[in-house]
Amino acid sequence: MRPFTYQRVHTPAEAAAALLQQRDTKAIAGGTNLLDLMKLEIETPTHLVDVNGIGLDKMEATSDGGMRIGALVRNTDLAADPRVRREYPLLSRALLAGASGQLRNRATTAGNLLQRTRCPYFYDTDQPCNKRLPGSGCGALDGFSRSHAIVGHSKYCIATHPSDMAVAMRALDAVVETVHASGGTRSIPIADFHRLPGNTPHVETNLRTGEIITAVTLPRPVGGVQIYHKVRDRASYAFALVSVGAIIQRDGSGRVAVGGIAHKPWRVESAEALLPNGASAFTSKLLAGVHTTTQNAFKVPLVQRTIATVLHQAGELQR
Amino acid sequence: MLVIGGMSPFHVSVTFDVNGHAQTLTLDTRTTLLDALREYLHFNGAKKGCDQGQCGACTVLVNGRRMVSCLSLAVMHDGDRITTIEGLGTPEHMHPMQEAFVRHDGFQCGYCTPGQICSAVAVLEEIKAGIPSHVTADLGKAPQATAEELRERMSGNLCRCAAYSNIVDAISTLVEMPVRERS
Repeated sequence: MRPFTYQRVHTPAEAAAALLQQRDTKAIAGGTNLLDLMKLEIETPTHLVDVNGIGLDKMEATSDGGMRIGALVRNTDLAADPRVRREYPLLSRALLAGASGQLRNRATTAGNLLQRTRCPYFYDTDQPCNKRLPGSGCGALDGFSRSHAIVGHSKYCIATHPSDMAVAMRALDAVVETVHASGGTRSIPIADFHRLPGNTPHVETNLRTGEIITAVTLPRPVGGVQIYHKVRDRASYAFALVSVGAIIQRDGSGRVAVGGIAHKPWRVESAEALLPNGASAFTSKLLAGVHTTTQNAFKVPLVQRTIATVLHQAGELQR
Repeated sequence: MLVIGGMSPFHVSVTFDVNGHAQTLTLDTRTTLLDALREYLHFNGAKKGCDQGQCGACTVLVNGRRMVSCLSLAVMHDGDRITTIEGLGTPEHMHPMQEAFVRHDGFQCGYCTPGQICSAVAVLEEIKAGIPSHVTADLGKAPQATAEELRERMSGNLCRCAAYSNIVDAISTLVEMPVRERS
């Protein structure tokens, strides 16, 4: 690990300002996807700002009947919150499908969104990776690509975003609240928070330098049957090959976001009108422009079958 | 007080409680909680398995919650209360979870065992606190400490000797029976 200086801050404004004081500064909260990368010298901050003492660890109702989740609420506490379990069960289910108990106890809401979009080539410093070292090429394109993206990717990067929580938040139309060191605040719809790789795969979110996440807000609950179905190589503690977060209403309408197939949670609102027609019709439009390698082509039928399973389960639960 | 090197911009003081005793260290900022416990305070129970947060061998309790100590910087734990396997029990006065692991052969080589036991103690507390898991069927009800629940909740602790079945048996013996099932 490269040497770094360390600073504790006590307010969100102080944290945002500290991020601009010197180059190569990073905020650290849970640290569960920063310290592993620092050990491998893939992340090399020269200054760390510890934001654990700035508050932002509360969940509260919003005036429009929704919910505001503080940036530092731990994944375990968010998943276990009685209101989340009752009114946003998709979010609880997604969180509980991710990582391990030890990691969920430490990992935060904002940190989960800011974990790196990644693949094994990103972690292997002997391999080319445009995300780790822009311009060095993509080792996965002609390499081991079984777990990689099938939509929205580019010739520069085919990594997938590993978060389960973000898939649920995409289906729930969450909004990411931020504050900048200048004092300005933004409300970024989660659809616009993460970026597709394009030719700058090292830039993964639209967060600006000196801007920190203060909260994630959820609109008022939409009801319906909420299901998170994660398909992975192990029964527990593994990233998704494909995951489906769905909210299905009694009339067959609904929302579906998919994880494990793109650089960000994948949702195509214009395809959702086809949900009452079944998984096949919906998936065709959801995956328009699909481009697979020989190793990850299995994900196309897997997405369709997983959505079919979820729609069937939803139908059973609504009978 | 243990001072490693002089005070430099890369050294920070931190005070936390380990197994009931206050400890003040001045550490290179890069020192993980795991390395502080093992290399500076000589609590060698928590193990450095992968040092990447994947194996769970370094699991300790921080303010009663289980965490992997390899993915946390020691300087981030100012004021925290840390419990390692040495704080749970001793060979003479074992924690009931340690006794259960011995009785049920919940290990073979023993390398992952301190992490397994710290994790297991916290798992039962998490169930008692009503925290659901991936396999909890109904999010509206309190989870029960079934074997399926224990297996899911312990998935962050790898055992390459594969003592998993006996680990579940050991933990199960400490599950409090519902009141109506007590004799």
